Amino acid sequence: MPQDRDIAIDVQNAVKRYGTFAALKKISLSIRDNEFFTLLGPSGCGKTTLLRMIAGFEDVTEGAIFLYGQEIDRLPPHKRPVNTVFQNYALFPHMDVLENVGFGLEMLGKSKAEARARAGEVLEMVQLSQFAARKPSQLSGGQQQRVALARALAPRPKVLLLDEPLSALDLKLRKAMQVELKHLQRETGITFIFVTHDQEEALTMSDRIAVMSSGELQQLGEAREIYERPRNVFVADFIGDTNLMEVTVDAVAKGRAQCHLGGRHRLTCDAVDGIGPGAKVHMSLRPERLFLSADPVADESLKGRVREMIYIGTDIATIVDLDGGPQFTVRSSNSSRGNARIFEPGTEVAVNMEHGAARLLID
Amino acid sequence: MAKPYDLRRYPGFFAITLLCLVILYAPLVVVAVYSFNDSPSITIWEGFSLRWYVDVFTGPESGKFKEAAWNSFIIAITAATTATIIATLAATAVLRAGTFRLRTVSIGLISLPLMVPEIVTAVATLIFFNAIAIERGLMTILLAHIAFCIPFAYLPISARMQGIEATYEQAAMDLYATKRQAFTRILLPLMMPGIMSGFILAFIISLDDFIITNFVKGAGVETLPTAIFGAVKQGIKPNIMAISTLLLAVSIVMVALSWLIGRRDPAKGR
Repeated sequence: MPQDRDIAIDVQNAVKRYGTFAALKKISLSIRDNEFFTLLGPSGCGKTTLLRMIAGFEDVTEGAIFLYGQEIDRLPPHKRPVNTVFQNYALFPHMDVLENVGFGLEMLGKSKAEARARAGEVLEMVQLSQFAARKPSQLSGGQQQRVALARALAPRPKVLLLDEPLSALDLKLRKAMQVELKHLQRETGITFIFVTHDQEEALTMSDRIAVMSSGELQQLGEAREIYERPRNVFVADFIGDTNLMEVTVDAVAKGRAQCHLGGRHRLTCDAVDGIGPGAKVHMSLRPERLFLSADPVADESLKGRVREMIYIGTDIATIVDLDGGPQFTVRSSNSSRGNARIFEPGTEVAVNMEHGAARLLID
Repeated sequence: MAKPYDLRRYPGFFAITLLCLVILYAPLVVVAVYSFNDSPSITIWEGFSLRWYVDVFTGPESGKFKEAAWNSFIIAITAATTATIIATLAATAVLRAGTFRLRTVSIGLISLPLMVPEIVTAVATLIFFNAIAIERGLMTILLAHIAFCIPFAYLPISARMQGIEATYEQAAMDLYATKRQAFTRILLPLMMPGIMSGFILAFIISLDDFIITNFVKGAGVETLPTAIFGAVKQGIKPNIMAISTLLLAVSIVMVALSWLIGRRDPAKGR
């Protein structure tokens, strides 16, 4: 039950409707104490709506939200011990950085001196002490981002909500902030709920990820689990690059499923509950778990012809036309130790799979 | 790169601009210059003098003008203050209370008086005061001024509030501010330039109103515009020019003040 101290946020059957449109369709999920939890999905999937419901800016149409066992879904935002880092930062333009960071504590009734002291402490944590007297408009985007973070952390919230906080930063800064956020989360021990549409960001930072689409939870799990064992077509397609193929299952035995692709190519992979013989389903094959060879290395190698080779820098991607079938992308690491054998376009090749590369998906 | 609308390429642009400027400003310049004329004539220049300014403050009509000016300023300040408060609350309701029934109607009703011919408002207000049997005097002028100042104060205030994102208040409430604290600590300071512009606009509108004032004022109660009109009816003397120039100076000061406040925008953190 939600009394559990190990559960920071417990969302139970939460529904959000705007008129007849359902932004969230019965979402239930538990966010553990002290974890970096990410809500991931394309725009309009309901991730921000869920975050705003936890913060208190949106009513819950149905269902309930618990914070460490206490029901909070009817409380106004200022009575919820959670703080938000807003996407546009929403720093108060008429206050200097120190006043911004101290605002929450002041509103909690702390003395001005105490608020300032704590604000200074948090500013030091985000390495902005020297900017305490500046106005937000005198800071760069990255600095404003840190102030927003400091402001939300200063009152020591039980849960920190982050609404796509890095989306306005350029790539380099974003990467640096990802590491710093993760570090801050470990250091403070505060539960972070992070909203993003960037799957790479989610994989990099999160302890666990909830993948959402059209108001529904698609899959919840650790980064590795989501990437390597996607549950359905949406998750496989949204997270990372993949080769999606429609296959027919021929037989299932001993936890393995035998499938064929267009009658020509035979493939074997782990069986998935709910997919039995005769089923026409999708299969996901991650490009980096495939490798090319001049001659087949196993019975199940797929034969094809190289269409194009793309030099990416760290990797080399090769696009292969399978005999009588679809296109495959194969990715190999561009290193002398790696498996990057270069095949010129037009060459006959075999596409080979590492164990566990193929994954059956429910639709 | 060529400017798409280079003004110098339009034939007659200079002449038309000059004509407009002359029509707009020449009368003001003439009045201002001749207010310093050392002559009882309003057309013949006889040298520089401040005698008509002295006349305004100490001459035979000075008592009348001083009382009228006092009435005008009291009414303008009270009416502008009241109208600004009402307009601020109205803007908050319309722009921050979400959607409610009659919201669109409210927006229309609050700005509609701007489009009603002033003479119609004047007649209607007079009839209204008669109907409820209020004795005409300073109070009726004040009530009428508050009413017609509201839409003028509302315009810059609501424009300003529209430009302030709701996330600032949300951030405040997220940081444990109550709704009232979010309003007083965040929204109100950010609104200040709009509120000041609204106040100054309402002040100037009230200060120079003639038509409505003339209808609803009681006998013997004058504001500066009605007093000036009364004096002009007995012939234009140069002291009228001096008074007009002083009024113009007050307006210029107010507009300059409003511009300076607008430049010191707290939302821009300066």
